[in-house]
Amino acid sequence: MKLFSELISAIEITNKTNAKIEALVQYFKIAPDKDKLWLIALFTGKRPPRPVKTSLMKTWCMEITNLPEWLFLESYSTVGDLGETIALLLPEPSHTLDLSLHEWMTKLKALKSKPETNKKAFVLDAWSGLEQQERLIFNKLIGGSFRIGVSKKTLVNALAKLTNIDANQLMHSIIGKWEVDSITFDELIKGSHINYDNSKPYPFCLAYSLEKELLELGEPNEWIVEQKWDGIRGQIVKRNNEIYIWSRGEELVTKQFPELVDAISNFKDDFVIDGEILAMKDNDVLLFNDLQKRLNRKNVTNKLLEEVPIGFYAYDILEFDGKDIRGQSFEQRRMQLESIFNSVSLPEHIKLSFLVEFNEWKELHDIRNNSRAINSEGLMLKQKRSPYHTGRKKGDWWKWKVDPLTIDAVMIYAQKGSGRRSSKYTDYTFAVKKDDALVTVAKAYSGLTDKEITEISQWVNKNAIEKFGPVRTVKPHLVFEIAFEGIALSNRHKSGVALRFPRINRWRKDKPVDEIDTIETVKQLITAP
Amino acid sequence: MSSEKQLIKFTKKGIYCPQGKFYLDPWYPVDYAIISHGHADHARWGMKRYLCTDNSKTILQHRLGADIKIESIPYKQSITINGVKISFHPAGHVIGSAQIRLEYKGYVVVFTGDYKTQPDFITTPFESVKCNTFITESTFGLPIYNWKKEEILQQELHNWVKTNQSNNRTSVFLGYSLGKAQRLLSLLEGYDDIFLHRSIYNTNEAILNSGITLPNANLWSADLNKKTLQNKIIIAPPAILGSRMLKRLPNPATAVCSGWMQVRGNRRWQAVDAGFAVSDHADWNGLISAVKASEAEQVYVTHGSQAVFSKYLNEIGIKANELITEYGDEALAKAETETEKATAE
Repeated sequence: MKLFSELISAIEITNKTNAKIEALVQYFKIAPDKDKLWLIALFTGKRPPRPVKTSLMKTWCMEITNLPEWLFLESYSTVGDLGETIALLLPEPSHTLDLSLHEWMTKLKALKSKPETNKKAFVLDAWSGLEQQERLIFNKLIGGSFRIGVSKKTLVNALAKLTNIDANQLMHSIIGKWEVDSITFDELIKGSHINYDNSKPYPFCLAYSLEKELLELGEPNEWIVEQKWDGIRGQIVKRNNEIYIWSRGEELVTKQFPELVDAISNFKDDFVIDGEILAMKDNDVLLFNDLQKRLNRKNVTNKLLEEVPIGFYAYDILEFDGKDIRGQSFEQRRMQLESIFNSVSLPEHIKLSFLVEFNEWKELHDIRNNSRAINSEGLMLKQKRSPYHTGRKKGDWWKWKVDPLTIDAVMIYAQKGSGRRSSKYTDYTFAVKKDDALVTVAKAYSGLTDKEITEISQWVNKNAIEKFGPVRTVKPHLVFEIAFEGIALSNRHKSGVALRFPRINRWRKDKPVDEIDTIETVKQLITAP
Repeated sequence: MSSEKQLIKFTKKGIYCPQGKFYLDPWYPVDYAIISHGHADHARWGMKRYLCTDNSKTILQHRLGADIKIESIPYKQSITINGVKISFHPAGHVIGSAQIRLEYKGYVVVFTGDYKTQPDFITTPFESVKCNTFITESTFGLPIYNWKKEEILQQELHNWVKTNQSNNRTSVFLGYSLGKAQRLLSLLEGYDDIFLHRSIYNTNEAILNSGITLPNANLWSADLNKKTLQNKIIIAPPAILGSRMLKRLPNPATAVCSGWMQVRGNRRWQAVDAGFAVSDHADWNGLISAVKASEAEQVYVTHGSQAVFSKYLNEIGIKANELITEYGDEALAKAETETEKATAE
């Protein structure tokens, strides 16, 4: 496992995607075939079910090290990762085990059905036979994720660099149906198990943020305006009775949205359409936060299907009956899209993106300002003549988002992050005034520079009220401007409001605590839909 | 026998000896300061008189000014002030670092300053001193911190340089100019040419002035030819990260060397190419063995994981209390960075 261990070390130390890709390429050049397949399986969510519970691993580690539980937990909250904590706490290895990644994975797969005593003997033998870094990896192989910033896309880019095979084809290949034991690396990357002709997507056409006055865009009747829905962009490919859904991150996400696949199979024609995947209930678009519950799930349960149903707004059509029509004008493509949608009866959650009616540019300001009420991010302006460009091109498509709402709030809790952020307090809870007390309104993780986070971490260390555990209550002193995309009344939150996408806009070092917002001023931001 | 109260009192200015009328590593200006070692959070500016080890003297003069009023004595030799017997004992932390032993009418207090129990290739090794009251640091007071043996660490550093050289990269090790820099120098000595950042070079000059020998190394000056530095080894303070001087180097690979690098999250926090857990502080087992070997009936735990470490000591039957001080890595880092930034370019 030395080779794999070195690869992980090389990947985790760098934050440069190119360096990660280079490390992967080097690994693929020298690793044994089966190891390469396992690496791909592990990084694409194809890991076998966890053979040993984490609670048992924790118990065994405490037994070996003879540490009290509170001290184990204190270590855990400093490290931020259970597998790593155990690897650091265990004593030096007493012997050397040298097995390949494939051999370890085969043993771990077999372990699943064994009785607990066998599992314990196996894990303890591995722990005492591996160096610290290898031990950490062994713990991760049991069931944790690596959290080292290797997405499917990064993996695919490395494979593409290695083989010169088209990246989207490789994406389909590695996501497709295959088993480590019944395919070779060469077969896998060449896609012997898939039919790429049926799934091949097009690059997405992307828009820049509007950077000029509306009047400078020319005549209003040369433009089509739509809502900018806040979900994930998706490309639906339907060819020869097969349906594929690609995300903008060029990942195949077909399996995550079975209700879309069902609905799309109503169409008779073959096509590639571009649109927005959204959480949708009773004809209303839900918050992105709701949609997130459906993303990157290995299994989509019936309960989840019911709780967060998925819908789709179609924006554009790129291919019709096998013909690439991206060169046609948007106006023509839109007509084609409408005729397809009008040709069949569809379930309610699959719709055409509706067009915003307007005659003069100035009418758009109000419409944009109201978009928040229907959970849209703002408006999209598209030139009627525009082709479907490859990638981001200035001029033909513009996005015109609503300005975020902001409040000033005070930090009351701080928690350490995970992964790269595990050494610092990066996750904060904010409060506003309610009468003479404070009430929590938001949690936010992002928006500060590394330097600011370091400064805040030091402040938290000095000003924390608790000494143990992962969460630190701090005296209400640091004031931040919190930006968010929307606000709604909520019974689930103590404050009575739910903020959408809260993030830190800036650290208000200039603002004393007694000048933060009150819950009343926050509630005034709610606009009736 | 006297009592602890006559020997030490914890005040706003620092740890005070009422009988002796002096302070140990005070953080505010006082009349008489006894200094454990030369780091900025322990040896501060503005004391009317200083007392330290012979090996620390030139370092203090270099850092605090040649005009400070300073006396020094060798390790393990004692001097008596107002009836209190004072002696310094090796702490294994940085060159010249000492534990300070105070004795009055049979009662003994030991203040460790910062210390490391594992031997390295450069500092005088830590020696345990028995006492009634033991004041210990706890920078790495969690069981996740256990250091590798010096020989293994050396092998890891050499391997990294070797890999860098095969990729045509210059190895840049980052560590504070007093302590870590000399330790790294001792670990890398003889592997290839070593170049030192000016703040480290100047610190080394001060150390050499006290009669201590150090491995040979060159000054990394701005006018050096790029080719001279290509594939070589550079030791520089962490303040150099992001500087123009670093960017001018031919294809640099950077490594942070600090005990905090034991945890992956810390290694990944800074945008560097490697992180090595090289620490000048005691690890978990080192702290426990030092406390036990002192046979003290009362332990005070200062800077670091004082809450965790003192709780654990009480659980294993050793009476311990937390002590809040102004020492610690962050305070040090800040002070060191300020001095190093001033000399960075």
